[in-house]
Amino acid sequence: MNRLPILFVLAAIPLWGATAAADPAKPHLVVTPTTLDFPIEGGPAQVVLENRGGIPLNIHAIRLVEGTDFSVATQARALAPGEKLPVTITYNKSKLRNQAFGGLQILTNDESYPVAPHQPNDHIAGVALRANSSCLLSLMVFIPLLGMLLVLLVPKGREDLVKWVALSIAAVPTVLAVYLYAKFDPNVSMQSGNYGLQFIQHSVWIPSFNVEFYFGVDGLSVSMLILTALVSLVAVGASWGITKQVRGYFAMFLLLEAGMMGVFCALDFFLFYIFWEVMLLPMYFLIGIWGGPRKEYAAIKFFLYTLAGSVLMLLVLIALYYNSAETTLVSGQPAAHTFDLMKLSYLNSRLFASPSLTLLGFDFAKICWIGLFIGFAIKIPMFPFHTWLPDAHVEAPTAISVILAGVLLKMGTYGILRINFGILPEATQWAGTAMAVFGTINILYGAFCAFAQKDLKKLVAYSSVSHMGYCLVGMAAFTQTGFNGAMMQMFNHGTITSMLFILVGVLYDRAHTREIDKFGGMATQMPKYAAFFGFAFMASLGLPGLSGFIGEALVFLGAFPVYRIITILAATGVIFTAAYHLWALQRIQLGKWNEIWTDKSIFPDLTLRETLTLVPMAAIVLLLGFYPMPMLTLINNGMNDLLQHVTGHAAAGALALVP
Amino acid sequence: MTLDNIASMKYFAPELILSIGILAILTVDLIVGKPDRKRSSLLAMSTLVLALLATLVTSDGVSRGLFGGLIARDPFTDFFKLLFIATTAFVGVAALRSRDTIEYQPGEYQDKESGEFYALTLTAAIGMMLMAAATDLLMAFLSLELVSILSYILAGFKRRDRKSSEASLKYVIYGGVASGVMLYGMSLLYGLAGSTSLSAIHAIKDPPLLTLIAAITLCFAGFGYKIASVPFHMWCPDVYEGAPTPVTAFLSVGPKAAGFALLIRFFHGAIPADVRSVPLILGLIAAATMTLGNLAAINQTNIKRLLAYSSIAHAGYILLGLVAGNDDGQRAILLYLVTYLFMNLGAFLVVMAMSDAGLGEELSEYRGLGKRAAFPALVMAICLFSLTGLPPFAGFFGKFYLFAALLSRGGTFNTALALIGILNSAVSLYYYARILRAMYFEKPTNEAPILEASLHRWNMGIMAAVTMGLWLAWTPLVDFAGASIVQWYPHATQVASLH
Repeated sequence: MNRLPILFVLAAIPLWGATAAADPAKPHLVVTPTTLDFPIEGGPAQVVLENRGGIPLNIHAIRLVEGTDFSVATQARALAPGEKLPVTITYNKSKLRNQAFGGLQILTNDESYPVAPHQPNDHIAGVALRANSSCLLSLMVFIPLLGMLLVLLVPKGREDLVKWVALSIAAVPTVLAVYLYAKFDPNVSMQSGNYGLQFIQHSVWIPSFNVEFYFGVDGLSVSMLILTALVSLVAVGASWGITKQVRGYFAMFLLLEAGMMGVFCALDFFLFYIFWEVMLLPMYFLIGIWGGPRKEYAAIKFFLYTLAGSVLMLLVLIALYYNSAETTLVSGQPAAHTFDLMKLSYLNSRLFASPSLTLLGFDFAKICWIGLFIGFAIKIPMFPFHTWLPDAHVEAPTAISVILAGVLLKMGTYGILRINFGILPEATQWAGTAMAVFGTINILYGAFCAFAQKDLKKLVAYSSVSHMGYCLVGMAAFTQTGFNGAMMQMFNHGTITSMLFILVGVLYDRAHTREIDKFGGMATQMPKYAAFFGFAFMASLGLPGLSGFIGEALVFLGAFPVYRIITILAATGVIFTAAYHLWALQRIQLGKWNEIWTDKSIFPDLTLRETLTLVPMAAIVLLLGFYPMPMLTLINNGMNDLLQHVTGHAAAGALALVP
Repeated sequence: MTLDNIASMKYFAPELILSIGILAILTVDLIVGKPDRKRSSLLAMSTLVLALLATLVTSDGVSRGLFGGLIARDPFTDFFKLLFIATTAFVGVAALRSRDTIEYQPGEYQDKESGEFYALTLTAAIGMMLMAAATDLLMAFLSLELVSILSYILAGFKRRDRKSSEASLKYVIYGGVASGVMLYGMSLLYGLAGSTSLSAIHAIKDPPLLTLIAAITLCFAGFGYKIASVPFHMWCPDVYEGAPTPVTAFLSVGPKAAGFALLIRFFHGAIPADVRSVPLILGLIAAATMTLGNLAAINQTNIKRLLAYSSIAHAGYILLGLVAGNDDGQRAILLYLVTYLFMNLGAFLVVMAMSDAGLGEELSEYRGLGKRAAFPALVMAICLFSLTGLPPFAGFFGKFYLFAALLSRGGTFNTALALIGILNSAVSLYYYARILRAMYFEKPTNEAPILEASLHRWNMGIMAAVTMGLWLAWTPLVDFAGASIVQWYPHATQVASLH
């Protein structure tokens, strides 16, 4: 029997699990079905246990592992050969949550099932119980992936069709994101169960390594998902001018979108890592093939930096896995270790923080924290790991810069919040000040570098480095205001910087240069452009009334009580930010027309397509600037739960020091 | 259970069938008088299919000693038999269309050596099977030499090509030295145990530690040479570059896997359980091997040479599984060898297809391949990403299991080793990306499209499909690999959730 699979593998036919022949001398339990989906309204459902073996099957217990909303009444008893036992499970819908995931465990003497922990005589068969499992997130992740195949199927020579297909595919997640926004319940929190998650999809993926397919969204990720969908749609619009290998471009683009969506949806560390890496491949090609003059250098630099960070993450991932406590998978099967981010965060974080646990001679939690942090800091990018960013931005085509700055950078901060903060809260407290210091360096260093740039795109790139520093400072404050500020800043920077890069692209498309000194008085020639340009720059420098201000203000408000001097230093960054923005604005838009451009007709004003890519972002920037509540209510509970988790542990730790 | 010579025959059937096939290929050539590569390859393929069937039919999950304990027939050998049959079959099919092996003089079409080529490859397959099965020092040495000598001949198969002859000669000289050193180590082991049987050596009571470690280290020269690990790797770049490409592909997968099979068996059989320093030595060798392989690959301009250094680096990664020294580690080795078969063979198949279509082996020739030959370039990209260890390609899962096995043991040494390994994978991206860069980012010097033979296309397609889709069949593969080492680890078949 054990030789058959290799044949299948060689033939690339993944078929396995042929039923083993019944051994007459052994009991053999067959459970149908192994996954039970409950109707939304609640109510009972049945699982049938059957003994297909030759001797009686002893059922020692039928029990539920998780999922407080389920109940089972059937008593365990022995089954004669051929006998069936129906087990009725009831789903009692809770008022707090509309989804439930749990496992049913049947403890028997059938040795073909895994041994129960601590009970070597019992073997566990599991049934996954799922009520109201959602597939919304899966759709958001996998529709772009399907779209990639669709794009590749478009016949050659139909470049226009490719673009329209890509646009309609990218529109689907955006529509779904609007639906997500409408249906997302901001009142759900940790107290509601399911770790405060919504739209959960949860099943086992690779049983031999306890890897689960686990998607879900909470206050931490919901805004990022909406941002990703939105920025991707806008970026397709900004890619309309691509003429080289159009099919390949949009195929890679949609793969990238799927990867980004997956990172924000995945709640299993292994799955998260896969999406995290899957994102790298298309990005490498998108910069390397469709990029500027030094594209090869920029592409490999981006790839190597990010990979170096993510391989560290891989090591920590494995180390965390092997140090995690015994648990059960969603299928009810026992598992010695887990990749489940929620379980790692809420059930194992104390275990990881135990001082007796060491790695390479250092505290386990601290060294893991540093390894993960470097991986994410490269993505943010945090000084001193930022050097790939200006290169990548300058060489990448406009739409890819939009994606890079609009979404990819946020993955760094999101990863820190979700994984560093979640799994290693004590080490997070330990590193808080360092994060604040590095954030401040980012703000100031990014601003000063931006000052010195001659290339407009590089200026915007360094402004991203500077702006991501605010997120770090806000996160490091460990206050509700600071957390909300950091999250707001992530979202707002995504929208504002997308506009900035589109605007830079518009200028480059016309002038084929981005050198600031070559322009002047553009406002006279392109008034509409100048209006958007001014708007975006004002938003970026943090003008009150536009959304950029809200994030920064909240960050400073949240951080000041905690780190006074650091916050004051960081706040000076606002002045420099304003200065380089205004200076660049003045040199490009105001003043006299630069006489090197004799033919003014090469500078037509914004086209309809360009306007359409800018308007949605501008509307959001304006709305959130005046009325940030829609975003704040969306994220508030998620951030609060995270804050409780991080500081709650610290309080416990502090108490332990008192004799 | 040890069987006598007659009773052994049944379980020796795969090797016997291969031997008959080899004789048939040569005899038919003699009788007909006119060599024909199609006929020879057809004979070879049907022999391999028969051997495959024989392996499946006679395998029953029981461990047996054959021929009075000289070789073994157990799930472990079955795993490797299948691996070797697959390797030989893929290479054999590819060689059917390869100018390197059959039509070795440009312009002059001839099938003259085709019979010999297939006979030699099948003989090497027998040698590899014996290597994986050897439970006696004598048999280990004989099978290793059988594979080596055939490798020398195959490496020099392009007789009138200087590089090929040079490769062969270098291979012989290095091989001779390595075998000599290993033989000396074996003689020490024999002196200690008074027997050449691995189990007798395993049972030595209170061995003089220094002598034993010296003997094991000397023996490692032979294995290290086969798997191309530092410091016995020097032959590898020259041989890989000079040998005909199908032979290079064969050498990079088959004998390497056979070396690891022998190493695992040696690890279990010959090394007494209380010798603690062996993982330490292996760990240092692994670290040196992957670091050297990766660093040396960075500056290569010949694509076969680059892949040669990459295969040295991969030997280093695989050794990590042996350092872990547990069932997880050895299962990871088996899994990695399967993924490596497909991704590495895939990369070499692209090189083969391209050189048959008239492209050189220099990296500069691959410029703009993404446009000139879209499908082979895609296959190459997939294989290279997989070799780097990026998900969702097979190489990632293979590497993940290796590193996970090492980290599950804990300890500073293992963790540091895993760190070195993982940083090495990041380094390896740099030179793999040089090929990608040439294929996709650089402008072709010649815009003419390249058409690959349809046979190569199918072959490459299989490699790429498996490399991309192996995760779909990952769980059964893990179970299968676990069942293959069940004789040493009775619980290896049970899923990871239990240990």
